[in-house]
Amino acid sequence: MKLIRSTLASLALVFTSNVALAGDWGSTSLGERLAHRNCAWCHGTSGQGFATAPRLAGQTRQYIENQIASSRNHMRDNPKTQAFMWGVAALTSREAAVHLAEYFSSLSARPANDGNERLTAEGRALYRDGSPAANIPSCVVCHGPNGEGRAEIPRLGGLSYRYLKRKLEQWGEGYHATALVPMPGIATKLSAGDIEAISSYLSFVE
Amino acid sequence: MKVSGYGLALPAAMLVLACSVNAAAVDQRSRHHPAPSLGGKVGYCTDCHGASGQGYRGYYPIPRIGGQTSEYLENQLRAFVERSRGQSMPVRLSKVHALSPAMRASLAGHFSDLEPKPFTRAPRGPRNLVAVGQKIYEQGVPEANVPACAVCHGPEAAGAGPNPRLAGQLYPYTVRVLRNWTRERGLHASAQGTAGVMAPIAQSMSKDQIAAVAAYLSYLK
Repeated sequence: MKLIRSTLASLALVFTSNVALAGDWGSTSLGERLAHRNCAWCHGTSGQGFATAPRLAGQTRQYIENQIASSRNHMRDNPKTQAFMWGVAALTSREAAVHLAEYFSSLSARPANDGNERLTAEGRALYRDGSPAANIPSCVVCHGPNGEGRAEIPRLGGLSYRYLKRKLEQWGEGYHATALVPMPGIATKLSAGDIEAISSYLSFVE
Repeated sequence: MKVSGYGLALPAAMLVLACSVNAAAVDQRSRHHPAPSLGGKVGYCTDCHGASGQGYRGYYPIPRIGGQTSEYLENQLRAFVERSRGQSMPVRLSKVHALSPAMRASLAGHFSDLEPKPFTRAPRGPRNLVAVGQKIYEQGVPEANVPACAVCHGPEAAGAGPNPRLAGQLYPYTVRVLRNWTRERGLHASAQGTAGVMAPIAQSMSKDQIAAVAAYLSYLK
């Protein structure tokens, strides 16, 4: 009895940490159950994002897993992450993160469309070609022609203008996300106008 | 109206100057432009090509340039600008590699001196293809008129002069380049240079042979 109880307790810890799963959820996946129970409060019931919590729907699996991990080890340290995600990630096991990432990445994503439409042409040009004169590389090379992302490189297409703008500004302010990415150096070279244009453009990209 | 040949040259020159100044002014509108410096440019290159030029698997595979022969690097940088290479991606490679000839030479020298450790996250090919790839590399494929790569690229794929180093190149990059050779290289007959040498070779290789050679090369130090 003791063995069964402790095994069950370990399993519960592995999959849900301190979160209890109540009720019969039928055939929904563990990732979906965990997401609805824990993430929807901030990230929206369909993972489309809400206020400062970014859209997770359609994000690459590896990126989501990496952000949970870097929130857990505090490498990702911007103020909202500290305030909300550090606590959440501490309670999210690696197993749970895998399930969550798989679930969110499978959802279809809606573009936020909250940028400044007048800046989309400028933003598109900057996104596509960068600015060699200012040593700003093209974003397409890593993030894809439509901001698709790949593996650990996040999908940017359709993310909220407000979120992207803060993220780009924060690298310039000295905050971090994950290790070994070129983004801090790149974002630091962007002017305020560049950030407005790129963030606006991307918010409309499907 | 009769206008002397000399009379048109000055306004024309001024027009060209005005246009180029305007372009620069638009570009400078919202950011601070330091004078071009080697350090700044190196940072620009490494943003994509990796901190020590080891390459990166972005949305597109970005090649290793660390330890590459400086002559090959300079040739490629010139080819981008002259648009005899790299017209098939939705990135204007001619623009992103826009550099003065002097800067090209400096950067080529800088990166050729680097000897990056094998990139631990570098996508390498399937291990089981390496032996086949090595055989093709060292002996070619006589029945397909494919010469041994080693003849020009060296027994250890270290390259020499205009013939690039292939050792340690990212697998998806090598595959992509060989498969798309005629679409992406030697696009001007006049500017073909050594790219022309590779065209019949790349075209004679099957997809399996390309994958095998690329896999073999990705493990070489």
